[in-house]
Amino acid sequence: MKIRIKFTKTGRLRFIGHLDVMRYFQKLMRRAGVDIRYSEGFSPHQIMSFAQPLGLGDTSEGEYVDIDVLSTASSEEMIRRLNEAGKEEIRILKYVKIADETRRSNAMSNVAAADYRVYFRGGLPDSNMLAAFFAQENIPVSKKTKTKEEIVDIRPLIYDWGLEEEGLFLRLSAGSAANLKPDTVMEAWNAFSQKEGQAAEAGHSEGGTQSFPYHFHRLELYARREGQLIPLYALGEEIKEESAE
Amino acid sequence: MKELALSEEILLRVEKPARYIGGEINAVIKDPSQVDIRFAFCFPDVYEIGMSHLGIQILYDMFNRREDVWCERVYSPWPDLDRIMRDEHIPLYALESQDPIRDFDFLGITIQYEMCYTNILQVLDLSGIPLWAAERTERDTIVIGGGPCTYNPEPLAPFFDLFYIGEGETQYDALFDLYKEYKKGGKSREDFLLACASIPGIYVPSLYAPSYKEDGTLAAFTPIAEGVPAKVRKELVLSMDEAPYPDKPLVPLMQVTQDRVTLEIQRGCIRGCRFCQAGQIYRPVRERSLDFLKEQAIRMLESTGCEEITLSSLSSSDYSKLKELVYFLIDETHVRHVNISLPSLRIDAFSLDVMSKVQDIKKSSLTFAPEAGTQRLRDVINKGLTEEDILRGASEAFKGGWNKVKLYFMLGQPTETDEDVRGIAELAERIAEVYYEIPKEERHGKCQITSSTSFFVPKPFTPFQWAPMNTAEEFLRKAYLVKHTMRSQLNQKSLRYHYHEADVSMLEAALARGDRRLAPVIYRAYRKGCIFDAWDEYFSNEKWMEAFAEEGVDMDFYSVRERDLDELLPWDFIDCGVTKQFLKKEYERALQGIVTPNCREQCNGCGAAVFGGGVCFENKN
Repeated sequence: MKIRIKFTKTGRLRFIGHLDVMRYFQKLMRRAGVDIRYSEGFSPHQIMSFAQPLGLGDTSEGEYVDIDVLSTASSEEMIRRLNEAGKEEIRILKYVKIADETRRSNAMSNVAAADYRVYFRGGLPDSNMLAAFFAQENIPVSKKTKTKEEIVDIRPLIYDWGLEEEGLFLRLSAGSAANLKPDTVMEAWNAFSQKEGQAAEAGHSEGGTQSFPYHFHRLELYARREGQLIPLYALGEEIKEESAE
Repeated sequence: MKELALSEEILLRVEKPARYIGGEINAVIKDPSQVDIRFAFCFPDVYEIGMSHLGIQILYDMFNRREDVWCERVYSPWPDLDRIMRDEHIPLYALESQDPIRDFDFLGITIQYEMCYTNILQVLDLSGIPLWAAERTERDTIVIGGGPCTYNPEPLAPFFDLFYIGEGETQYDALFDLYKEYKKGGKSREDFLLACASIPGIYVPSLYAPSYKEDGTLAAFTPIAEGVPAKVRKELVLSMDEAPYPDKPLVPLMQVTQDRVTLEIQRGCIRGCRFCQAGQIYRPVRERSLDFLKEQAIRMLESTGCEEITLSSLSSSDYSKLKELVYFLIDETHVRHVNISLPSLRIDAFSLDVMSKVQDIKKSSLTFAPEAGTQRLRDVINKGLTEEDILRGASEAFKGGWNKVKLYFMLGQPTETDEDVRGIAELAERIAEVYYEIPKEERHGKCQITSSTSFFVPKPFTPFQWAPMNTAEEFLRKAYLVKHTMRSQLNQKSLRYHYHEADVSMLEAALARGDRRLAPVIYRAYRKGCIFDAWDEYFSNEKWMEAFAEEGVDMDFYSVRERDLDELLPWDFIDCGVTKQFLKKEYERALQGIVTPNCREQCNGCGAAVFGGGVCFENKN
């Protein structure tokens, strides 16, 4: 049986890397007594797959991992057990059973989009200029790979944006087909705002934060179903007490 | 979110910020206003190394069982953060509370190897604690050292207020109680330190004064205050099952060097290899019971969720219930999908069976530590392993499907000749020959025999504590001789050989058998920028040599010089149970090539029976 788990990564734990998160979950499964399925072979490992690694230092309330279990208690009970054995900075929010049709695909290959909130360490940018930035028909950025450098237009990959009280909301294309990282958007914004003659405020703020002007917070990951974006957890269903195996 | 001592910006700038955030699974958080004593436990090396250390886990757990003590941890900031903390005047802090170390009552430093000495100064310096104990005032943190290097604490003596000699489980309660009494009574630091000298195992370096002869050797080493004992006897645990052991060890949030549950099965060693310090200072052997270990293994696996468990001890093959324990663990870990990492075992039918069950034969290798290339020299060093044992073990293993062997040797042990040196390569060759004697169709490709040599460093409290050490030139000549001999043999393509530079070993030797006159050298080396000397990429022999020269200290006097058997040694004031007389006798037997039986074969009267327990009293009830 396939289970999808949604969790947060906040506070001091945003300074642990993606591989550390994987190791964290491997140990958490044992401490919480999750009846996880192991691979065959000499050194069996847990069947576990993570969606979309988060950058070191970024926070999230929309992280996902899929696991295979042999048996399970109800969603409520499993969330309780996992949170009891885990750290408060990695909170388990959802524990759902994935329907059979999505069984073959894992959390990673489901991902189509992601929501972010960008916090500005040096204060919010000018809203008119931001609007002008997103109003562009094309936003070309240069993308370096190991062998070549090419120009890619990222504008079509920005699905939505909005300036909120706390920061900038972004909905970006994500996943294996066309992944756009929020860092790339903000680099383009930096270039744009500087070209417009006004240096990005964040770049000149007090407190020596120039090298890291933004803090990215992931809000949700989405899959696409019949043209609609739906949160990854919504592809699964809650396990009620009576149906627990 | 709880506040971190370092800003987000700094954490993003440094390599592996997870080293500095604390918050590990099973870390202990207390309310500082509800405790009497704040204790910071330091392993003076990088987080990944320090977090792999069992001793801190044991004492961390034990201290925190006391309601009036909050024990936290601190490790050496890596050079990238070190730079930033200096530039931005950020005081070093403890991981749990993120509070500055300088506000703690105690800073306890475990001293595991000589090459971390400059890191000790780094930790003191970054904490804002005066480096020299004599310059510390009433409000300064009390700095206490422990661990194997404190069996000769003298090169570090001026930097410490106290040393704890021996196993930590026994006297810390007394120390904490005394501290509380003095704190409440408003008494001075000086009074407290003087009172500490009466606690068994506690050495207060400021209360002793050395004097030297014209030839530079020690003339006398005496207490300078009333009531201070002339000798400090090491502390040790007698009943291992009753000693505290953590049920919930700390689990790091990042990958560390040894990310697993460690089960300490026994302390001490019955063998008495003459180069080995651990084999003497942890005498007598004391075992934990099988029942205790079984229960503890399960408790720790459940509380940590670790994917691996390992056994810790010297010479694990000598643990009397090893078979039962290992087969129990194999069954238990199989059910839990956990791996067992085996310590190196004597190669026989049992260990090969166990290894084939828990390791992938194709990937794993056999390990032997003959330590010397010829039987003659192995008799000198009292290493029981014979060539026959090795060849028989290798042959059985090759038939069982293994084709990789690792061999560990030391160069430069007393009486070593070129024949012994060439013997290293020749032993490797003979093992390869054993492999190629197997019919081709039963072999698994080529074999790979990897030999590594380290340079022998004479250590205090060993029969070789008086022995001369080779010079760096001699060491390298011998290493080339091994290499050359390897290359000239028939199976050279199956033989690999590793050795390293000799400079670090020379320095290690000087510090290991040094006295207080080395403290200014360590200080100067630190001021020149030496830290992380145990790391090749940071070790600067040049700076160390400058420090010796500028302090006018002759390094050879400490490293290569042969000591007279009657010389007063800087560590003679420590009583580790094993007597100087026994060590002398062992040194003489070594020079004659006479082996000494192990503790279970026959008691050799080393002196450790004075503690009234362990192997000395087995089968005597």
